[in-house]
Amino acid sequence: MTRRTYLVVDAAVLLLALVSVALAHTDLHGFNAAAALAIAATKAALIAIFFMELKLAGPVPRVVAAASVFWLAILVVGTMDDVLTRAWLPIPGK
Amino acid sequence: MTTLNADIAERETAELGMWVFLATEVMLFGGLFTAYTVYRAIYPVGFAEGSRLLDLTLGTVNTVVLIVSSGTMALAVSAARLGQRRLVRVVLVATALLGLVFLAIKALEYQHHLAEGLVPGLAWHYSAARANEVQLFMLAYFAMTGLHAIHLTIAVGLVLFATWFRTRLEILALYWHFVDVIWIFLLPLLYLFGLQA
Amino acid sequence: MSTLTLASRRHYLNVDFAIRSWLLTTDHKRIAILYALSITFMFVFGGFAASAMRLELLQPDGDLVDPQTYNKLFTTHGVIMVWFFLIPSIPSVLGNFLVPLMIGARDVAFPRLNLLSWYIYVVGALFTIWVLVDGGVDTGWTFYTPFSTSASTTNVVATALGVFIVGFSSILTGLNFIVTIHRMRAPGLTWFRLPLFLWSLYATSVIMLLATPVLAITLLLVAAERVLRVGFFDPALGGDPLLFQNLFWFYSHPAVYIMILPGMGVTSELIAAFARKPVFGYRYVAVASVAIAVLGFLVWGHHMFVSGASAHAALMFSVLSYLVAIPSAIKVFNWTATLFRGAIEFHTPLLYALGFIGLFTIGGLTGLFLASLAVDVDVHGTYFVVAHFHYIMVGGMVMAYMGGLHYWWPKITGRLYDEMWARVAAVTIFLGFNLTFFPQYILGYLGMPRRYHSYPEEFQILNVLSTAGASILAVGYVLPLVYLLASLRWGRVAGPNPWDARGLEWETSSPPARDNFLAQPVVSGPPYDYPER
Repeated sequence: MTRRTYLVVDAAVLLLALVSVALAHTDLHGFNAAAALAIAATKAALIAIFFMELKLAGPVPRVVAAASVFWLAILVVGTMDDVLTRAWLPIPGK
Repeated sequence: MTTLNADIAERETAELGMWVFLATEVMLFGGLFTAYTVYRAIYPVGFAEGSRLLDLTLGTVNTVVLIVSSGTMALAVSAARLGQRRLVRVVLVATALLGLVFLAIKALEYQHHLAEGLVPGLAWHYSAARANEVQLFMLAYFAMTGLHAIHLTIAVGLVLFATWFRTRLEILALYWHFVDVIWIFLLPLLYLFGLQA
Repeated sequence: MSTLTLASRRHYLNVDFAIRSWLLTTDHKRIAILYALSITFMFVFGGFAASAMRLELLQPDGDLVDPQTYNKLFTTHGVIMVWFFLIPSIPSVLGNFLVPLMIGARDVAFPRLNLLSWYIYVVGALFTIWVLVDGGVDTGWTFYTPFSTSASTTNVVATALGVFIVGFSSILTGLNFIVTIHRMRAPGLTWFRLPLFLWSLYATSVIMLLATPVLAITLLLVAAERVLRVGFFDPALGGDPLLFQNLFWFYSHPAVYIMILPGMGVTSELIAAFARKPVFGYRYVAVASVAIAVLGFLVWGHHMFVSGASAHAALMFSVLSYLVAIPSAIKVFNWTATLFRGAIEFHTPLLYALGFIGLFTIGGLTGLFLASLAVDVDVHGTYFVVAHFHYIMVGGMVMAYMGGLHYWWPKITGRLYDEMWARVAAVTIFLGFNLTFFPQYILGYLGMPRRYHSYPEEFQILNVLSTAGASILAVGYVLPLVYLLASLRWGRVAGPNPWDARGLEWETSSPPARDNFLAQPVVSGPPYDYPER
């Protein structure tokens, strides 16, 4: 990748960081968390694709990167399923 | 031609090794992200309260520092590819310095928490209605930023090593960028969610 | 047989005899041997703990040991057997030895990391042994909170650290295998020409890499909570003890697939070799390995059905647990179909493979019983569960390890063991195993809890049978130690391919040279290309 690309991407990530901080001071009616995480995910993706050069990499590193995110999701979603649904169904016999 | 192919093959093998290692790091931090998510869901108000105890300015400065350091790291890799040895060394030192700035600011933050009695287990003097929930938040804060700081320290050490000894810079850069990516998520999770609660 | 004696030819064992050459080796074959010695030592250690437990359980209110010591014994047994024997066994011994050979490579992708993984294992093992001997730990290998974080008075922090350390050995091994299999296959060796042993090791490595770090961070949190006296799992803070269980089992359930998948891989190789047929449904078996690895990550909640976790989660995990049985069943059907009309030769490795199929099937079926919520409510925490996982781990996995050890023994050592003694040992192990663990299914069904040092009188006869079986099993395990070691000195010299089997590992000398092959092998056909019958 060219130095220009690196510079542009870095500037973009910096900008997104500042936007994210600014948005945190604004009331987004319940969507603050989603917005902040979406911005963070975008920043991470930019770094992964351009700085970590996934754009130029073969299929295997891309699958590895995607798999790690997917597996983290399994852990979080599976655990949260337990935590959030404890009141849904009664435990038989209790 | 065969030597060039062999070199490329070796580099790609090392890169795959590093990506696989980074996947394990995602899962290592993942355990902490899970604990954080669970307690944030159960105690949203307490966690927001805890978040407000952090210094957002310092957190933002640190974010900028790391993002710039990723830029310098990328510059180092590009300079290495062009054989610009002196530039490589200068930029690597700059990267390491930025990392040290981050760690210094973090140490400053930790010192503030200690002085204010916000360190669970070591110096905890917070007493409000949701003190327990705030303590869980601070546990998450110290665990996540602490683990991140350990990784950053190792990264800084490796960058300094690379300024003197031949290293596969592309591989080291992957690790450095990963440390940046983790912080990119720590910023909103720890610093930003308290402002609207 | 070759007219050259073993000693006159240079191979990886005699290329250098200095201790330095062993302790600083980067040869995957020597590292495999180092691992073999280490895990055998740990197996004996874990076995002693089990023997002490079975002795205690001869009497209903046996007082061979006091209750806390009994707790320390079953913790020692679990910690050692899971992390220091079962998880490293096939991957670090047979895997390390065979992966480069089977793909036609000179070594693994990162030989120095390979050596590092062994040193990490040794440090973890020595540290853990010291802790277990010096005071021990009584939380069970599962370290449930808040007992482990607050109430236990034993060496929780140190044991957690020992396991934390050895986890990195696992991670490095998995990393090496993944990169090696992706990047170093011989020309012509496409993915669907790989021996099934490699498919299963690849799947195992995926699990090792994605699951172990979660255990690492969880154990660190437990240790930190003990040291700081405050932490994530502390109920006094509003902490959720089930958070520990979710994090712990997210690793520990896939861990059981780390333990069994390599055994399935070995079984595929043994069945093909001793039926002299390609494995039936090769592609399905290969894909089933990956399916087990993936689905295995989605079922961890079935360890928490009665712990207070949500009933909704319990339902999801129960259904998913039924799903994960399907690829395992596919493998059992395919192995059976491979045997059908094969040219069966009842050599010792096949005896172990057949034992694996039968005992793994029983263990697996009882796993389905446990996956059913209604049944699990009754038998959770009883000997039924203990019998279930021992049928899989000992009846399955350990027998697969023994089978693989015997099958590849000539390749590793250049010697043939005594076939009669080997068969005697295999049969002894099979009989001793069933006598030890089948009564435990009944005991569990009748309600005897696990991890109890005393029990009601009416359970004594079954316990006595179980202990009797354990002593027979112990004899069965000692026999190979004797005749395998004896073969090193007095065994017949083996040629390159004593079984006339197919596979790149059989196309080089026994033992192989330091760099495995004289010339880069090229693959031009499917695996297991035995002559049509």
